[in-house]
Amino acid sequence: MANDNIGYHRMVVGAHYGLFDWIAQRATAVVMMVYTIVLLIAFLLPGDVGYESWAGLFAQQWFKLLTFAMFMGLFYHAWVGMRNIWMDYVKPIGVRLLLHVLTIFWLVACAGWTVQILWRV
Amino acid sequence: MSESIKTSKRQFRNIRIVDLPRYRFPLGSIVSILHRASGAFIFLMLPLILWLLDRSLTSEISFAYFQGVVSHWFVKLILLVLIWAFLHHLCAGCRHLLMDLHVGLDKEPAKTSAITVLAVSLVLTAVIALKLFGAY
Repeated sequence: MANDNIGYHRMVVGAHYGLFDWIAQRATAVVMMVYTIVLLIAFLLPGDVGYESWAGLFAQQWFKLLTFAMFMGLFYHAWVGMRNIWMDYVKPIGVRLLLHVLTIFWLVACAGWTVQILWRV
Repeated sequence: MSESIKTSKRQFRNIRIVDLPRYRFPLGSIVSILHRASGAFIFLMLPLILWLLDRSLTSEISFAYFQGVVSHWFVKLILLVLIWAFLHHLCAGCRHLLMDLHVGLDKEPAKTSAITVLAVSLVLTAVIALKLFGAY
């Protein structure tokens, strides 16, 4: 395997053969879990959920940053997951590379939109 | 070494797509493929989620618009599928994390946890469905 991974045979659209993405996917999963719990608690606290309380929650800087960090984690998590799906099912290198690029584009666009939404409140 | 570069890599395929109907899926593999499918579905639905968040936050007018959109039965249906996808992905993810810690790797506990993941996510989705479609 190692000897095959040079020159023409080099795998250009694989994983990084390391622990980083594996840990990142799990760490971001835990962050999203914590965020879900925080949001559920905010949701279940007494008082009706109207625009005032909903937007009021997102108007606070700490919640903005928490939401932002959670979304960035989500996008990285989604990148690792989608990359694994393409690597498992799509064998032609050119098609796989295209799908990787489209996935990154999709997620980066979503990240930009997230910033716009959060800092407009 | 030069030989190993010249010979093309052997492809090992343990199952082909035409074999799928004849293949028996253990519960663990059902949880696994649904974990993958739900993740891919959420990935594709990200713009919808962000759009709904945007409408719910921008202003009181857009919030009212958001409430109108969300009260449509078809949107509710999509949201319900999304909620199931999220809950299943979350539960199956917890199972993954436990297995990473070498908890429940044996055949029997793995089967039990697979049933638990399917059951918990479906029951919670059903509860939310009743709430969403106004049964209580």
